Amino acid sequence: MRRLKVFKSLVKDSLDTITHGSRRYHIWMAVLTFVMLVGMYCYAIQLDQGLSVTGMTDRVSWGLYISNFTFLVGVAAAAVMLVMPTYVLKDIDFKQAVLIGEGLAVSALIMCLAFVVADMGGPSVLWHMLPGIGVFNFPNSMLTWDVLVLNGYLFLNITIPFYILFRHYQGKESKSSVYVPGAILSVFWAVAIHLVTAFLYQGLQARPFWNNALLGPRFLASAFAAGPALIILVLAIIRNCTEFKIQDKTIKKIAMVVTVAAQINLIMLVSELFKEFYAPTHHSESAYYLFFGLHGKDALLPWIWTAIPLNVLATVLLTFHKLRNNFKVLFFCCFILFIAIWIEKGFGLIVPGFIPGPYGKIAEYLPTKIEVGVTLGIWALGAFVFTILAKTAIGIELGKLRYKKK
Amino acid sequence: MSSNGKKWFSLNLGAKPKTSGGSCSCGKNSGGCGGNGSHSHESKEPQLTEEEFAAAAINASIGEERTKDGFDQVFDVKMDRRSAFKKLTASLLIGAGAVSTSCSVISGEDSKEKAQIDWEEQFKGNYKLMNDEEKKATVDRLVRSYQLRTGKNISMSSKNAEEDVLFGYAFNISKCQGYMDCVNACVEENNQDRNSQMQYIRIHEMKDGKGFNFDEADDNYYHEVPAEGHFYMGTQCFHCDNPPCVEVCPVQATWREDDGLVVVDYDWCVGCRYCMAACPYDGRRFNWSKPEVPEAEVNKNQHYLGNRMRKKGVMEKCTFCVQRSRAGKNPACVEACPTGARIFGNLLDPESTIRWVLENKKVFRLKEDLGTEPKFWYFMD
Ligand code: SF4
Ligand code: SF4
Repeated sequence: MRRLKVFKSLVKDSLDTITHGSRRYHIWMAVLTFVMLVGMYCYAIQLDQGLSVTGMTDRVSWGLYISNFTFLVGVAAAAVMLVMPTYVLKDIDFKQAVLIGEGLAVSALIMCLAFVVADMGGPSVLWHMLPGIGVFNFPNSMLTWDVLVLNGYLFLNITIPFYILFRHYQGKESKSSVYVPGAILSVFWAVAIHLVTAFLYQGLQARPFWNNALLGPRFLASAFAAGPALIILVLAIIRNCTEFKIQDKTIKKIAMVVTVAAQINLIMLVSELFKEFYAPTHHSESAYYLFFGLHGKDALLPWIWTAIPLNVLATVLLTFHKLRNNFKVLFFCCFILFIAIWIEKGFGLIVPGFIPGPYGKIAEYLPTKIEVGVTLGIWALGAFVFTILAKTAIGIELGKLRYKKK
Repeated sequence: MSSNGKKWFSLNLGAKPKTSGGSCSCGKNSGGCGGNGSHSHESKEPQLTEEEFAAAAINASIGEERTKDGFDQVFDVKMDRRSAFKKLTASLLIGAGAVSTSCSVISGEDSKEKAQIDWEEQFKGNYKLMNDEEKKATVDRLVRSYQLRTGKNISMSSKNAEEDVLFGYAFNISKCQGYMDCVNACVEENNQDRNSQMQYIRIHEMKDGKGFNFDEADDNYYHEVPAEGHFYMGTQCFHCDNPPCVEVCPVQATWREDDGLVVVDYDWCVGCRYCMAACPYDGRRFNWSKPEVPEAEVNKNQHYLGNRMRKKGVMEKCTFCVQRSRAGKNPACVEACPTGARIFGNLLDPESTIRWVLENKKVFRLKEDLGTEPKFWYFMD
């Protein structure tokens, strides 16, 4: 009963915090709301007319939505890079960052689910997928695995921070015996969500571009580069805009993680390129299409040739301690790394899988405005959710939000 | 729909218990709704009477809905109250619509029945897991629904696979001249969307002397055939014996039937298109928008797993014309081919032509290294 009361007051207090803020904060939220509304409008058009309003066709049947989904699974998984040292290895440095990281994971997962739903042809019969009510093709279909691990991860990432914040809200310390097992579990779970998502593609013998053993590990490496890179950027913004103290030490440690992951990612990229181009087979055509275009069709060239130099530049800059410890350079690197991996793991991975088609037909894909609108709307939704979560969490951590302390 | 041993959850809201004899609750008897044992709804009464009756009934109750198609015919009950929200909450509102209609005193019997059908169709289970009675029930509902909406009768079968039958297909590359009669026959037989020009079959035009070079083949030609120096090769769903598309479906909306046909339950498919990514043979087609078939061109001889009307956002594919093949006929493409390049039959029947071809010709299949075991062979004279 008492808990319920505390919870009620927490909800009230957090509503209070998220509706009050600086002018900049209000503008930010208003912009996000506007973008979300635009996204919803686009989605309404898509529901009404079907997926034909997107750029997808029978030849390229997954596009922007699934690309973003794939990338965001990586971002969500990256929260674990912060969870592990803090909870498990008891490295105090990360303590403040970790709540932010988990908030990021939650919003990334919400975006993932939104992208999957946006991609469905029949959202009104999605209940067919609910275990127990519908028919769940487990364990045969990797998609069902993905549904399970994503929702499980979402659950973990909501409950752990909630428990901690709930205790802090009442002015109590959180008991490590309660959250550490959960944290350890989520470490393994994060690896699982990313591997399972990779297996989704990797297991298709029909698509040689995806059907290679390196896909899973590369997913992990790129995720552990892009995710923490985003966390660094977010922390930098939070540090600037709020009184929430994040030590330089913390950011430097996360930067270390980004660097190592980016280096591994680059090595794997080289290995992949070597395999595709040293002794090209029939199966290398997708890679050819991606990097050089095939038969004059080259829609992806500008994308991938933006991504690769950015990726290399960021990795090289980050490798030098001097440069990495300069925060201006660091933030720049994180930004371009994030963009590069978004292209590479999104567009650059999903679309070439379908090109050339099973019989060599090259049909190109370009997202339509409506697709872009829905995508932006979902990103805005993610940012919106994150802002709310972060604001509440920061309020509690700073001691501004306290039970019965008005 | 209240039988025991159901393998899925289903809501039952105000559903009147149906008698299992196939008669339906519409209370009419003039050929209107008489579902009988063979699922045929072709009336045995004089044609004229029935049409007159139907026309009157339709005009009275659902007037403008007869122009609707595909998804709309099945799911889109007209109701002003909710049209504003329709876009965002289609599913929930179909339910709400059903409730409000069946509770409303003013609305006619027909629209009540329509709402009832919509409700039951929206929340029915997966066809693959249905028993024969349930299969018959959903087929009856679809037939009745089509009749209520268009005034036309269709016959829809739910015939299961027969024992000792395994369908297979062979394609004679030397004979095919690229006329594409098979493609057209297929579109007409299977009620494919005319707007997007969906076609299950693709004919690849290849250059002589280059071997089977699909990369340089043209599967979308518009010139006179046979073109000099070219040969032709058709592809479609190969009904793999080890189909990767079936494995990946998250809801088992697609499966391999006992006679080897790989089919889709259009009402159970959630439209994720995972199967499409998994198919190595370009065998699947997706309804990116609402499929439209002019009423006059609708093939009314249908099968639940075959050529019945689809809706937007679901997967479909070649079914070896299940409505024909299970009735002992050849698929439409085989029948239409003027050159005799297409051969279809029962692989388990030693007397069948297809067996003769497999035993006497040098046959091969595409991408055998993938282990999909297609039941579609190519050969040359
Ligand atoms: S050809 Fe494609 S769609 Fe047809 S059964 Fe094989 S994998 Fe499935
Ligand atoms: S599109 Fe339909 S049939 Fe294909 S995998 Fe998804 S739910 Fe199954």
